[in-house]
Amino acid sequence: MKRALRRVAPQLMTLIVLAALVSWFFPSFLQIDLSDGRLVGPVIDIVKRGAPVAILAVGMTLVVATGGIDLSVGTVMAITGAVAASALVSGWGVPVALLLACGAGLTAGVWNGALVAVLGIQPIVATLILMTAGRGIAQLITEGRILTFSDTGFAFLGSGSLMGIPVPALLWVLTGVLVALLMRRTALGLLVESVGINQRASALAGVNARGLIIVVYMASGLCAALAGIIATADIRGADANNAGLWLELDAILAVVIGGNSLLGGRFSIAASVLGAMIIQTIDTGILLAGFPSEYNLVIKAVLVLAILMIQSPHLASEWALIRMQIARRRAARGQEG
Amino acid sequence: MGRLPGIRGYPVAIHRTTKGGTMNPRTFPLLATIAIFLMAYAICSAQYPTIFSTRVAGNLLTDNAYLGITAVGMTLVILSGGIDLSVGSVIAFSGVFIAVMLRDTGLHPLIIFALLLLVTTAFGAAMGGLIDILAMPPFIVTLAGMFLARGVAYMLTIDSVPISHDFYTYLQKAYYLMPGKGRLTFIGVLMLLTVLVGMIVAHRTRFGASVFALGGGVATARLMGVRVRRTTVQIYAFSGFMSGLAGIVFSIYTGSGYPLAAVGTELTAIAAVVIGGTLLAGGAGYMFGTLIGVLTMGLIQTYIVFDGSLSSWWTKIVIGVLLLSFILLQKGLVHLSTRRQGVRT
Repeated sequence: MKRALRRVAPQLMTLIVLAALVSWFFPSFLQIDLSDGRLVGPVIDIVKRGAPVAILAVGMTLVVATGGIDLSVGTVMAITGAVAASALVSGWGVPVALLLACGAGLTAGVWNGALVAVLGIQPIVATLILMTAGRGIAQLITEGRILTFSDTGFAFLGSGSLMGIPVPALLWVLTGVLVALLMRRTALGLLVESVGINQRASALAGVNARGLIIVVYMASGLCAALAGIIATADIRGADANNAGLWLELDAILAVVIGGNSLLGGRFSIAASVLGAMIIQTIDTGILLAGFPSEYNLVIKAVLVLAILMIQSPHLASEWALIRMQIARRRAARGQEG
Repeated sequence: MGRLPGIRGYPVAIHRTTKGGTMNPRTFPLLATIAIFLMAYAICSAQYPTIFSTRVAGNLLTDNAYLGITAVGMTLVILSGGIDLSVGSVIAFSGVFIAVMLRDTGLHPLIIFALLLLVTTAFGAAMGGLIDILAMPPFIVTLAGMFLARGVAYMLTIDSVPISHDFYTYLQKAYYLMPGKGRLTFIGVLMLLTVLVGMIVAHRTRFGASVFALGGGVATARLMGVRVRRTTVQIYAFSGFMSGLAGIVFSIYTGSGYPLAAVGTELTAIAAVVIGGTLLAGGAGYMFGTLIGVLTMGLIQTYIVFDGSLSSWWTKIVIGVLLLSFILLQKGLVHLSTRRQGVRT
């Protein structure tokens, strides 16, 4: 537990600093009220609106841990949203819509995974194919229109609330906890890390690296399906052009802010999810603080660069050296006292 | 101006690799790309004879000029084993920069062009420097660059700013009338010249050789005496310059600057480079193939416009299928050539 806390400490610190920064410009930032049995407030808004990226980040963390990357998640969101919406419009009911959407996400994952693991195509290119072609597929499903529906049961997933907490927030927390438990309470997480560090060595050691990589992309596809369902349910419609647009970049960013190496290896789902919340806090915070939204991207870029510099492997070694020196000096002073 | 410099430059790339008499399997992707393009053009012309005219050919060059120039920079980056996600944003920034400068200052467009190219080249160089100094993946550094460039474009203006200047009207109307009334426009020729420059830089200079070496492996390149940091900075500076040039061409093409322009161009450019036969892992490829890749993608769009009944989203699906088939082709060729080598030893 202590080790896990230490792992996410930088991300937590960043969140706290950001929250303090936003509160300085917008004093009621941390205020949470109860109205109509729902919690309302900027923080609740962040937790709700950050849901798609947080869920994508869970799947992306696993893919990145194997040394891969999944550029197609935003497009898969559009496909699954389109599938769910067209199922609802055809009157097949919510359970079928959900099943079909998850099935579409898993299929996309199998496709990506097979390209990467079986054909040995670089992950960036392999998932780029679905990223470009996928929006076309989504538009084929919606026939180029924005499919709208009025099923309140399905919309509940996007805009409802349970015990005052927005459903999307519950969903991402649940996804994160379930996947993290699955990875850490079994050997699965260790195997994923070993594949990420050295695929050939793991395969020689008896790990089914190929199967594991396919499963990881399937997990990413499933997470994208869930995110797509939430996004579609939230606006009660499927927009093949704009659903999940550029969210793959945010998800990768969340993983990187979470301190996970893009080269694969050790990963932390909690840190990635916190990374997603950091991104959402920046987005919402800039608006709340009263900056014009034009500044949003520039501030985001500067923050990303700052976080990258802190995490850089080159600078990290020097940072460790400085810390060692400080510790030594402190120890020396302690002896004097 | 009527001659196509790209075609004149083409044997340069081939001769070098076929040295020694035997066919180099590395040229297969390029030859396959050219064959597929010619075949596609023939099929399209058979169905719509008007496609086989200088008018359509001229438009193909004009409409894809900015993409071609971007792709030249992207090819070099990919040859080195990197990736540059910032190009689309830099194009948008360039358009906005030019439009705002023309509106607010009395400077001549040529001076503004020079300033802009200076800014985008420095921007690229800074990204290259960060990639090397921080030892971070190019993917993430250029992603931050993508946010930054578009963010700065937003800060300059959030509206579409029209460009009205005599010099611009002159550039827009500058064309060479080919036989058959096809227009070889200024920006089309500029794109072909850029490809030519790109071919010389990639295949005929010491810098180009360093880029190929980096793509083959950073450690080996360093042992071979490549100055890794300098080359990395130069590669991304080159890409930044090309994106700036593409931005200028885009602003001439559209006659305005808009911060939301050219969204997703980076991925189209990457796709064009891959279809052009360049290995995404770096170290192997041809600048000329990129031109063919760009024209192939343009041809698909032209066909869909001619057909009229197909929806535009088919473009995306066809490009995806093309991407996949080229990657599979490359995979197969690499597999074959390594197996052949295995037999020999």
